[in-house]
Amino acid sequence: MRSYLPDYHLRAPKTLSDALDLLAREPNVWRAFAGGTDLMVLLEFGVLPHKNFLSIRHLPELKGIEVTPEHVSLGALTTYTEIQRHDVMRREFPLLCAAARETGGIAIQNRGTLGGNIVNASPAADSPPALLVYDAELELVSANGARWVEYRNFHTGYKHMKMRADELLRRIHLPRTTGDLKTLYRKVGTRKAQAISKICFAAGARVSDDGRVRDARIALGSVAPTVVRCARAEQVLRDQTLDEATIKAACATMAQEIAPIDDMRSTAEYRLRVAANLLADFLSTLKTDGGASGNPT
Amino acid sequence: MQTEIVGRPVPRKEGRSKVTGAARYVDDLRMPGMLYGATVRSPAPRGRIRAITFGEGVPWDEFTIVTAKDIPGENAVALILLDQPYLAAEFVNHTEEPILLLAHEDKHLLEKARRAVSVEVEPLPAVFTLEESLAAKEIIWGEDNVFKKYLVDKGNVDEVWDKADLIVEGEYTTGAQEQLYIETNGVIAVANADEGVTVWGSMQCPYYVHKALLKLFALPAERVRVVQCETGGGFGGKEEYPSMIGGHAALLSLKAGGRPVKIIYDRAEDMAATTKRHPSRTRHRTAVTREGKLLGMEIEFVVDGGAYATLSAVVLSRGTIHAAGPYSCPNVRIRSRAVATNVPPHGAFRGFGAPQSIFALERHLDKVAEAVGLSPEEFRRRNFIREGETTATKQVIKERVDMAGLLDRAFELTDYQSKRERFARENAEGNGTQKRGIGFASFMHGAGFTGSGEDYLKSIVGAEALADGRVRILAASTEIGQGTNTIFAQIASEALRIDYDLIEMAQPDTGNVPDSGPTVASRTCMIVGSLVESAVLGLRQTLQGAGLLTESYTDGEWREACRVYVEQFGALKSFSQYKPPPGVRWDDEKYEGDAYGAFAWAVYVAEVTVDTLTYEVRVDDFVAVQEVGKVVHPILAAGQIEGGVAQAIGFTLYENVVWQNGRMVNNQMTNYVMPTSADLPPIRVYFEEQPYEYGPAGGAKGIGELPMDGGAPAILNAIEHATGVRFTHVPLMPEALMRGLGESK
Amino acid sequence: MSTTHATREVEVKCTINGAPQTLRALPLARLLDVLREDLQLTGTKEGCGEGECGACSVLVDGELVNSCLVPVLQVEGAEIKTIEGVAGGAELHAVQEAFIECGGAQCGICTPGMVLAAVSLLAHTPQPTDADIRNGLAGNLCRCTGYMKIFDAVVRACQREGVKA
Repeated sequence: MRSYLPDYHLRAPKTLSDALDLLAREPNVWRAFAGGTDLMVLLEFGVLPHKNFLSIRHLPELKGIEVTPEHVSLGALTTYTEIQRHDVMRREFPLLCAAARETGGIAIQNRGTLGGNIVNASPAADSPPALLVYDAELELVSANGARWVEYRNFHTGYKHMKMRADELLRRIHLPRTTGDLKTLYRKVGTRKAQAISKICFAAGARVSDDGRVRDARIALGSVAPTVVRCARAEQVLRDQTLDEATIKAACATMAQEIAPIDDMRSTAEYRLRVAANLLADFLSTLKTDGGASGNPT
Repeated sequence: MQTEIVGRPVPRKEGRSKVTGAARYVDDLRMPGMLYGATVRSPAPRGRIRAITFGEGVPWDEFTIVTAKDIPGENAVALILLDQPYLAAEFVNHTEEPILLLAHEDKHLLEKARRAVSVEVEPLPAVFTLEESLAAKEIIWGEDNVFKKYLVDKGNVDEVWDKADLIVEGEYTTGAQEQLYIETNGVIAVANADEGVTVWGSMQCPYYVHKALLKLFALPAERVRVVQCETGGGFGGKEEYPSMIGGHAALLSLKAGGRPVKIIYDRAEDMAATTKRHPSRTRHRTAVTREGKLLGMEIEFVVDGGAYATLSAVVLSRGTIHAAGPYSCPNVRIRSRAVATNVPPHGAFRGFGAPQSIFALERHLDKVAEAVGLSPEEFRRRNFIREGETTATKQVIKERVDMAGLLDRAFELTDYQSKRERFARENAEGNGTQKRGIGFASFMHGAGFTGSGEDYLKSIVGAEALADGRVRILAASTEIGQGTNTIFAQIASEALRIDYDLIEMAQPDTGNVPDSGPTVASRTCMIVGSLVESAVLGLRQTLQGAGLLTESYTDGEWREACRVYVEQFGALKSFSQYKPPPGVRWDDEKYEGDAYGAFAWAVYVAEVTVDTLTYEVRVDDFVAVQEVGKVVHPILAAGQIEGGVAQAIGFTLYENVVWQNGRMVNNQMTNYVMPTSADLPPIRVYFEEQPYEYGPAGGAKGIGELPMDGGAPAILNAIEHATGVRFTHVPLMPEALMRGLGESK
Repeated sequence: MSTTHATREVEVKCTINGAPQTLRALPLARLLDVLREDLQLTGTKEGCGEGECGACSVLVDGELVNSCLVPVLQVEGAEIKTIEGVAGGAELHAVQEAFIECGGAQCGICTPGMVLAAVSLLAHTPQPTDADIRNGLAGNLCRCTGYMKIFDAVVRACQREGVKA
């Protein structure tokens, strides 16, 4: 343990409103602490800058998966294990289930939360690319009430997001409009389990009977300061048939939308190339059988 | 009477305590008044220490602080040379070099204090790679940066180049590898003027630590005691480093007036500061006839030793002797060097230099075979060494060896031939995103210390018969997971024909057991096991000589004999000391002769899939066929092979040490990735048993290091089959594979 | 310093291996350290401190967790099982028996965590496939065995459990 533990504080407010009141009174003093799978690692290495935390893990308002005809609403504290065990999630949101299955080992999946994965704001996180494909919306709450933000606009820069210091992420909504998308989730991380991704690719698309792409959604992790939804590449594909020129153009456009770097895990060159390979493979498979490929999602 | 116990999968001696969590490792121990110790390390790769500053906000008067000035004896870790200081006094030669030690009873405050000490180093030019060291970019050690060199010279290789039909050259390199035992290095020490020094810890070689502490504290042997606790893996990584950390804890304890001091490294410190496998470069120049017979091999082998000499000379030796492999070649010259760089010293790691030079050879021979126009297997068949032929060191192979037979069996088990053809066809036809390949490596590994090493060690094992008939084995050979306790008990039980449960192992404690040598070099079963056998037979001889035991006896009669003997005469002990088998000769000057008492022989086959979208390689199947003499315990033996192969797969495809200015920067398990249970193929293990005349229990040889040797070349040979690209470096990371495939297009 | 510690310490009530416990510790103290140091339950091991190796695995409310990543404040009211609570007295759990018989433990440092991961796997998936076993244990690193003998042990344990059932 490289941190001086007596300098750190963790409190467990009794209710959500207690937590929000405290955040409102002392907005930059307290930060939320959910499953701890990221923060405890920073604490161990002596690099956790913030000192005072609110444990929110026990708050019922932030838990549970609720299904309405239009949405699935996931409490911010929903664990990766809970996502994988939920029937509707498995049926309609295979990208997110795949991400949950590939996040850490079982012990991490039992403890890590979807909300934590979002608010920790790592560009290498496994679930955000899936959330981007599914047009997720986030409900943020504070003592002053609640507001909704689109997830695709949530991250504004490395570890920066549209969230005030007095707010908590309460729920994540996924519109139930994507069940028929053909999807591919591919996490590339040298080893098969317990890896930090070098590239994380999630995509979904519909192809109409005339062979034209009607709805293409492409998202990537570990290739920029934030996770990226590749809107321009999607635009290139819209209403096109998947001939070689279109696929090539989409890959080239996607390459311009991402900004990978060299780091100790990989190289910019590798990330660019593999991202393009995965998109090309996804689109080619879509063309040949209109079906899913890659990891069984 | 006993049924045979050798060859049966008896329960591991300490199995129950390990599965219940009752086994006590050093960090599980606490002593009254114990302090915790921490190490302040060099921030710079090379330079002169200018100032050490103690920051504010720490009650420094509560701390025990040790610097080089506090060392009572010699400030050098006694191993081969005395060049490595316990604590740098004036100059530092690698990042993470220990400079100052701290102890306090509050762990958290200790860590705060460690971070509050800053060391200012005036930098000196540093050398980070073996290439830079060879080029003498800067002289950082001795006169030429060379710790050690060897020359092995057989026949006259200079004369073959003109006669050769073909000459094939190649260069091969390997990276560092972290041992990554799951239990980090740790010790507890008590040192005071009255009682001397005692160290408990996680270690492979209690007597190495003992020897080092004698020098550090200038004490006679009887005043230093070293005790091995349950040890959570070593793989070579706890061969030498316990001498360092044990000395540190003892220095702190001495300064703290004899209070016990515990030092446990966290993972980041263990990875950054302790030893790793030596990076290497091997160059081959090979002369062959058109018919595919080896005429001459010229091999240059270089390893990067890091900042101090440590064990590099002996790692280099093993790598050198194995560099020409299990082949008969009339003319061989191997020149090798271990050179200095400003990185933490590299050290022992399973295989000890051999995986590096064997990787080069087994990659190179596929290249030579292709140049001759033969398949890799046919080329090797024409050159495999046979009984009566000589190795590179002119050792005449006296045992029966059948490499071709091992190859046949491995091929049959993997359906090699048909897969070789099918994959080639499918790869050529297919537009898919997966390429498949199959490849193999054939190799040998010598058991025991090299050359005159065992003669020099003169290991001793004791055995004591207790009044209730139990037999206690007294040896410093450590159980580190590989099964020492169990196989020694089997060997003793078999020799005495008494129940396995009557045999127990004394805890390795230099105050109580003789020096049976270090637990390294695949020597524990073959060398020390033989001593166990003869020591326990000494007990029986005594009992029979005293007329207390007849030629054959029951367990009950054995117990009774022991009871009577101990009552009448006192303790019954027997000791046995190593003597070389007859006819063994080794010339240290010429570096020729019988390098090892016996070799294990093996052929390993790997099957791979290369993903052309992500450039990742998956090993789909792995078959390991080896001849290791008598197999003492089939499950433990297979476990050794499987574990070694898993480490070899990590070495080949996953484990990449990322260096920046002489520092490992990916020193976490998150960023230095070893294979998980989801990554490994089925590892299928097969033994041939050709009893070794001088091995224990009906002819056992060594086994521990062998499985580290064959994985890397077999996998890269398979990748070449899949992709047509001749990769020459491990670890082969996806980024490099991508570049290789790109260049080949 | 101890005064500073004391003012920040919290009281946490939970059940450990069936026995009610009241823990006093700093709220962000790792469950791992509280188990090992305050309760002397040293069967739970530390291998990495970052949730990567699984040596510190324990069950909290029946689910496998890395105790190095759990702050003690968050086990208020929880039921915790450590390796010391897996055997029923002198009688070993089927998984423990199988680890001994199949050679699933070598150096033993990953074994407590691995046994708990296997126990948790079999609780959720009584008849696991090879893939289930590999994925279920992927958060527990073993450097000695190459995992093969651990897979054998899990298979044998569930065969035996099957016989019992």
